[in-house]
Amino acid sequence: MNEVKPPLVVIEHLYKSYRRGGQDLPVLEDISLTIGDGEFLALMGPSGSGKTTLLNLIAGLDRPNAGRLTVGGTDLTQLSEAQLAAWRARHVGFIFQFYQLIPVLTAFENVELPLLLTPLSRRERREHVELALELVGLSDRKAHYPGQLSGGQQQRVAIARALVTDPTLISADEPTGDLDRDSANEILDLMCRLNTDFGKTIILVTHDPEAASRAPRLIRLIKGQLIRDERNDARSCHLAAPEPGAPENPPPAGPGP
Amino acid sequence: MFKLSWRNSLRHPLRSGLTISGMAVAVLAFCLLRTVVAAWYAGVTTASPVRLVVRNAVSLTFRLPMSYYARIQALPGIKRVTYGSWVGGTYIDEKNFFPQIAGHLPTYLAIYPEFVIASDEMSALLQDRRGCVAGRKLAERYGWRLGDLITITGTAYPGRYELVLRAIYRGDAPTVDEGRMYFHYDFLNETIKKRMPDMADMVGWFMVQVDSPELVGPVSEQIDAMFANSLAETKTESEAAFVLGMISMTEAIILAIRVVSWLVIGVILMVLSNTMAMSARERLGEYAVLKTLGFRPRHLAGVILGESLLLALMGGILGLVLTFPAVYLFKTSLSQYFRVFPLTNLTLALGMATSLAVGVLAALFPAWQASRVGIAEALRKVG
Repeated sequence: MNEVKPPLVVIEHLYKSYRRGGQDLPVLEDISLTIGDGEFLALMGPSGSGKTTLLNLIAGLDRPNAGRLTVGGTDLTQLSEAQLAAWRARHVGFIFQFYQLIPVLTAFENVELPLLLTPLSRRERREHVELALELVGLSDRKAHYPGQLSGGQQQRVAIARALVTDPTLISADEPTGDLDRDSANEILDLMCRLNTDFGKTIILVTHDPEAASRAPRLIRLIKGQLIRDERNDARSCHLAAPEPGAPENPPPAGPGP
Repeated sequence: MFKLSWRNSLRHPLRSGLTISGMAVAVLAFCLLRTVVAAWYAGVTTASPVRLVVRNAVSLTFRLPMSYYARIQALPGIKRVTYGSWVGGTYIDEKNFFPQIAGHLPTYLAIYPEFVIASDEMSALLQDRRGCVAGRKLAERYGWRLGDLITITGTAYPGRYELVLRAIYRGDAPTVDEGRMYFHYDFLNETIKKRMPDMADMVGWFMVQVDSPELVGPVSEQIDAMFANSLAETKTESEAAFVLGMISMTEAIILAIRVVSWLVIGVILMVLSNTMAMSARERLGEYAVLKTLGFRPRHLAGVILGESLLLALMGGILGLVLTFPAVYLFKTSLSQYFRVFPLTNLTLALGMATSLAVGVLAALFPAWQASRVGIAEALRKVG
């Protein structure tokens, strides 16, 4: 008998508004959806549609004005700032459009950052970081600073940083928005591998239809409202091209603690 | 996280270099000015608790009759009495100024045990009417050797006084002034008797050594009471009070120096605060990323405080290192004004503590700013 897994993310009647010039401007209105554990979901929509806001809410970076939001059974609206920070550190990996690496730290040190909040020893941290960098194919660049890496390589370091703690959920906000097509494909391939091989739940915000086409589920937002929720299992996450040097039999579990 | 603070502190080499240099100059100025003030007060710290100064109640420029000597000596509780006068002369040229005191040397030098003189030199000094004793630094300054003829041109007591250097004293502690000259009052008095008889047998002050510190008050009162309503009333006070009285004449200058030394620290506080505020503003996006990864406001405050403290520490250490040659330069070039220039451990510790305090204060606002940064808002701005 197949056991039905409960959804990872449950959103019910979510509202979010920002106060600008003394006025409340609604950004998200009455959003309800569920995201299953291990899903790869693309959020699309024009600028100002609320997709990044929705991603930030799910990833615990922001708080809704109303509605219910649980991730992995945890009601995020009930957590204090400190609890939310600890929850993010444990359960969410973040990938940003502009990589957001710390320029004075090497690739190794950037990836190590989230592990500094864990009780791991220095040796254990080193092992995890080296494994994460190996997964993104940057073992030989670990001593390089972000300024010494290309955009695609920086984004791969950011991905290594996102997965080094073995999070349940990966939040990717326009991860290919600043990259050329080839680099973008490399990043998307890597994300596909994280989803298919490691079972990571990935929420991808993008403007790029090609990037969105990699995701088996596509949600469209317009003016803060959920307009369309398409599932296409036939469009399961696929690699754009075989990546040279990629491990043929990747390790069964993520690199995190 | 210390690594991040360290790398951040050197992220803008020019800005960091200027801030560190500014801090170094501020600490240097602070320590130097404190040392100048300490030099001013050096006489107070070396004052003996059992020595009294008896002077004319009107002013130090008015003299006292030498006949008081025997009457003071007759009072109970007094161990020793001596007298002296400020000669205020110059050596060869007016710019060669140093204190010359004509005193009753057998008692004067006995009252000042901190002046250490070899016994043979002491004998030679006491046996020669024209003999004089100079401090070690004073003798070094002019290259004097025992037996040298030293001619002093008097101002308070006009005339030329040809003295023979018979002894060189050294202090028994680093704070003892080794820049004075003493010679026999009798030799001065003989010259005065011939040229200015009105000023003869008058002395500038009496120095009184009492048996114990608790006698300072009663003996002072007895002396002043004894000469009350006389032509030359006295004012008797402890040596420390006397020196403080002299210093109080220049109190405004000392106050100004103290104010300037703290103003310098205030200025560098603003400079470092500005540097830290600029750095924090530039890095709000990075702080937002760190918060995103789960770092708490206290972690961010630690990174910012660490950076600020590192800059302050580097500047403070550099400033302290530079203080030593600066004090040496001051000491050598201003030796005629400040014979004792005590760079104390307390001054160095205070300089370091002040720079660290500046480091902490400069980090407060940026740390508060970083702790309040809204993640979504900051990432939107960076993005």
